[in-house]
Amino acid sequence: MFEHILSAFLALKANKIRAALTMLGVVIGVLAVTLLVGVGDGARIYLDEQISGLGTNLMTIVPGRRETRGFGPPAGNVARPLVLDDIRALERQASLLRGISPMVMGGGAVRFKGRTRDTMILGVGPAFSDLRNMPVDRGSFVRDEDVESRRRVCVLGRTIVKELFGDENPLGQTVRLADGRFRVVGLMEERGTSLGFDLNDLVFIPVTAAMDLFNQDHLTQIITAARSKEDAPAAAEEVEQILARRRNGERTFTIQSQDDLLKTFGALTAAMTLMLLAIASISLVVGGIGIMNIMLVSVRERTREIGVRRAVGATKSDILWQFLLESVVISSLGGAIGLGMGASIVLALKRFAPSVPVALSPWIAAVAFGSSFVVGVLSGVVPARRAAELDPVDALRYE
Amino acid sequence: MSASTDALALGEPLMVLDGIHRRFMMGDEEVRALRGVSFTITKGEHLCIIGPSGSGKSTMMYLLGCLDTPSEGSYQLAGYEVSELSDEELAALRNRYIGFVFQAFNLIPRTTTVDNVALPLRYAGVGMGERRRRAAEALERVGLGHRLDHTPDRLSGGERQRVAIARAIVTKPELLLCDEPTGNLDSKVGAEITGLFEELNHDMGVTLVIVTHDPSMAKRARRNVKLVDGEVVYDGPPIEGR
Repeated sequence: MFEHILSAFLALKANKIRAALTMLGVVIGVLAVTLLVGVGDGARIYLDEQISGLGTNLMTIVPGRRETRGFGPPAGNVARPLVLDDIRALERQASLLRGISPMVMGGGAVRFKGRTRDTMILGVGPAFSDLRNMPVDRGSFVRDEDVESRRRVCVLGRTIVKELFGDENPLGQTVRLADGRFRVVGLMEERGTSLGFDLNDLVFIPVTAAMDLFNQDHLTQIITAARSKEDAPAAAEEVEQILARRRNGERTFTIQSQDDLLKTFGALTAAMTLMLLAIASISLVVGGIGIMNIMLVSVRERTREIGVRRAVGATKSDILWQFLLESVVISSLGGAIGLGMGASIVLALKRFAPSVPVALSPWIAAVAFGSSFVVGVLSGVVPARRAAELDPVDALRYE
Repeated sequence: MSASTDALALGEPLMVLDGIHRRFMMGDEEVRALRGVSFTITKGEHLCIIGPSGSGKSTMMYLLGCLDTPSEGSYQLAGYEVSELSDEELAALRNRYIGFVFQAFNLIPRTTTVDNVALPLRYAGVGMGERRRRAAEALERVGLGHRLDHTPDRLSGGERQRVAIARAIVTKPELLLCDEPTGNLDSKVGAEITGLFEELNHDMGVTLVIVTHDPSMAKRARRNVKLVDGEVVYDGPPIEGR
């Protein structure tokens, strides 16, 4: 076998330009597979990280009935909105939850000493910080007594601090939020962006204060989390029963779990990766056809050589292996080069453009190289069999 | 392969042909290339097969070289009944007993002389270092010890045929089977090649069977077999003026 591989290399060396051009098809094919699947995989990993970064075993309860899972358009007319009494009911009755926080979402301007910034204002409960994995850096988060006494205090995200205060210490200062004056009691830790959303560009206030500010008595959503991954389905069931009981058995709300979200996006990115793989495979198939074509020409051109080899003692299977391995070597070499190029590009992107989500997982490398090997075998079989079945006398007489 | 005759002694029968027929289909027509040919070639002979074109010389040569098998009759090479052997056994038999020299040299292009010469050894399963050593030795023997790493396109016709001869003798075969070996060479170089064949026949005791048109080459053999229309019409020492 080693002999055959060696002579395949010698044959390629004897015709370098042709070998290189033949290889090019596979190089491009494998490069395409590596890059496109790398992009697809990168997107999957990115979304996974983003969603997991939201918190652990999270559940979001939104008003309105939704048949589909995952993100959807917010429900419009809601017969029974979510209210603070729902939170109290959950707090009293649920046993599988780690924490519960109401949420009222609104937009507004934050002002301090003539500087203004439009931002998102979140009315939340104390549990929010822990649930959503957003710790306070200095001062304190929204506390129970703040919520109870509808206190006008706020906790600022990093971007707001930077924009409005510069080097000044914001703790204890008073800012204007929409129409109200709020005292700054805490500063959030620096957070990245999540799904394109700047987590530093937020102001947190007690949910009750937010209801006053926006003049509404219902919640945008309720955020909670199961105590553990194992409890998650039972916890969702529990929440559903408690809320339904308060609505005479009507389920006018929807529970979205983090797991659902992961599954939805997972299915989406898997489909995308598969599609990209299919597109890339086309170029690999074209590369394979190129190899087969050249191998057929090569067998014809080397008919006499085949005759001579048979005359000096080569068996049919010697000839078969010779041409098959030549094809496999061309293809695998092309695959290795394509993989090397693809890997270099992916690694370079990771290094110099970290915001582009690409990934190079071992399975891509294995698939890319493996498929180039398979392409080599498939496109080599027909020419190699043709070479092996040549009659030695005809081959020697061939002009 | 059943029978075994390793080193044959000079004068022992190497090839025994008995009532050989070879028929082909050419379209719808049956061509009878050989019609009942029988003769024996003994070890160490120097023999020319002569005859006009279309007489069956080439068919004879491919049969003797075990590249083809008879339609009828028996051909024994070194004790093996050729028509009973499988494709693989025939390949092994060719590798071990026969060295071919062709009119068109048939060297593998873009491959060095030493690799060309070593080719039969590869199919004999000889290791790489040993192959190169023995190939160099064979090239030395034909006077091309200084051309080991040349490719065929840089050699003259005479040199190419010497490389081909080196390839034929590298396995130390019993039989050198040559098809118009001087047909593509001018007469001076042709004579040198003929001389080389005679030396090999004399020094190595290799049996020399040459298929040729060339009367001067036929004359120098000790025995001529003449074919006409697929039949042996003469078998004996060369005749002047033929």
